Amino acid sequence: MKLVHGFALALALWFNSASADELLMIRSSQNFEDAMTTLQATIAEHGYKVTRVQRVDVGLEAKGYKTDRYRIVFYGKPGEIEALAAKYPKLIPYLPLSVAIFAEEGNTLLTTARPALLKQFYPEPELKPIFDRWEKDLVEIMDGVREAK
Amino acid sequence: MRRIIIFFGLLLGCLPAFAAPDGAKLYSRNCAGCHGEKGDGGIGIPLSLPSFHAQVDDDYLKQTLLRGRPGRVMPSFSYLSDAEVDAIVRHMRTWYKGKVPVFPFTPIKGNAKRGEQLFEKHCAGCHGPTGQGGHGTGVTFSRPRDFPIMAPALHNPGYLSSAKDAMIKATLVKGREGTPMVAASKRGLKDKDINDIVAHLRSFEKKPLPSSAKLIETSEAVIAIESPYDLKTTIENVKKAVSSNNFVFIREQPLNAGLVAEGSEDPKQHIVYFCNFSLLNQALATDPRVGLFLPCRITVVEQGGKVTMMAANPKRLSRIFNNSELNEMCDQVTKMYIAVMEEAAL
Repeated sequence: MKLVHGFALALALWFNSASADELLMIRSSQNFEDAMTTLQATIAEHGYKVTRVQRVDVGLEAKGYKTDRYRIVFYGKPGEIEALAAKYPKLIPYLPLSVAIFAEEGNTLLTTARPALLKQFYPEPELKPIFDRWEKDLVEIMDGVREAK
Repeated sequence: MRRIIIFFGLLLGCLPAFAAPDGAKLYSRNCAGCHGEKGDGGIGIPLSLPSFHAQVDDDYLKQTLLRGRPGRVMPSFSYLSDAEVDAIVRHMRTWYKGKVPVFPFTPIKGNAKRGEQLFEKHCAGCHGPTGQGGHGTGVTFSRPRDFPIMAPALHNPGYLSSAKDAMIKATLVKGREGTPMVAASKRGLKDKDINDIVAHLRSFEKKPLPSSAKLIETSEAVIAIESPYDLKTTIENVKKAVSSNNFVFIREQPLNAGLVAEGSEDPKQHIVYFCNFSLLNQALATDPRVGLFLPCRITVVEQGGKVTMMAANPKRLSRIFNNSELNEMCDQVTKMYIAVMEEAAL
């Protein structure tokens, strides 16, 4: 009976636990300004272009809310985003790629959706190599920021 | 001789592939974001706390990594290999110089009914009346934190399947120095009382999951509604609809703005950004990671003569944060997106 119960619990877990391979979150020991500079430089080193930095904190403060620094960095590869958007319009809501970067006391936290998530949403085989490359680049970009002193 | 040298050279080159995983690096990449580089922060017990290490065995740490805590931020790291999980556990143990306990699987017998009454009196204040745990993510977002740690959820399948009865009992007996969890003796509890509380906690396995351990079931990744209007009219309609649905219009831009020279952007793919600042503030206070999908946006696309409004579905995205406190909010934002699109298509 215990075995059956254990199996049922394992099943429940299997279906309820969110897997860590959908979200990447890292902590940088750099302060916000330095981490932001490192992030943008590392994105560029990997051949991507920062398209915009959304200043969430500025918007919140303008409306009277108290917040620490919080920005969203959008990036993509010129040519690639357009080609993907033309061929796979349903991918558009997830383009360009983005990283949320925010201050926590002396540290900076960065969080981003892993392309593994997009693989679940868009299982087309021809997209897999693109998502795999994004995944590899993203992990390297985040490692670059995490390891920068 | 030359061949032998080349052979050993190649062998040495292959060594990193067979080397044990680097626990410190794996911890830094996977755990430090929430728990701090030295295990000094985050949701739940600070991982470097000696009283924590003295009361949990390696199996508990491994199972927690593999199973996570459904709905309670801590995800499942089941994609890591056994060797990688072991390496993370070994790294965490470098913060502790004492003896690591090993707990038996032997169940503890007690009166769960009586344990329930004791739990309500002594434990529910922090862990919640149904053992659902405290609120928050552990990531402070530099806001005031009114509790040094987030009380763990005990009625959670991740916890219950990772913690053995003997471990739960040891925690009750000794408390957790450095946290608000005090030793049972300081609350006047005797051995029988503790056994009854353990039996009550174990009885959670037979009860329905609390909302804190539930996530929104998977739904479509994209919300898409076709517009009967042309691209320009649809964009204007979306802008008007965001205002009448309690959002503030922020800006409109082509999808590839910033990627190509100004003036050569694709005029048939436009993003409309908007925000409800009160909701944004509430969402970031609940879980600052949600900023990843900010600001709110609807993309209007013309393709093959058809105009479509599209947005990432917040209900689907809520799952990746593994935070049940976001369920209601993400459901609400999904409804708001649909309301905006439907109004724009009227």
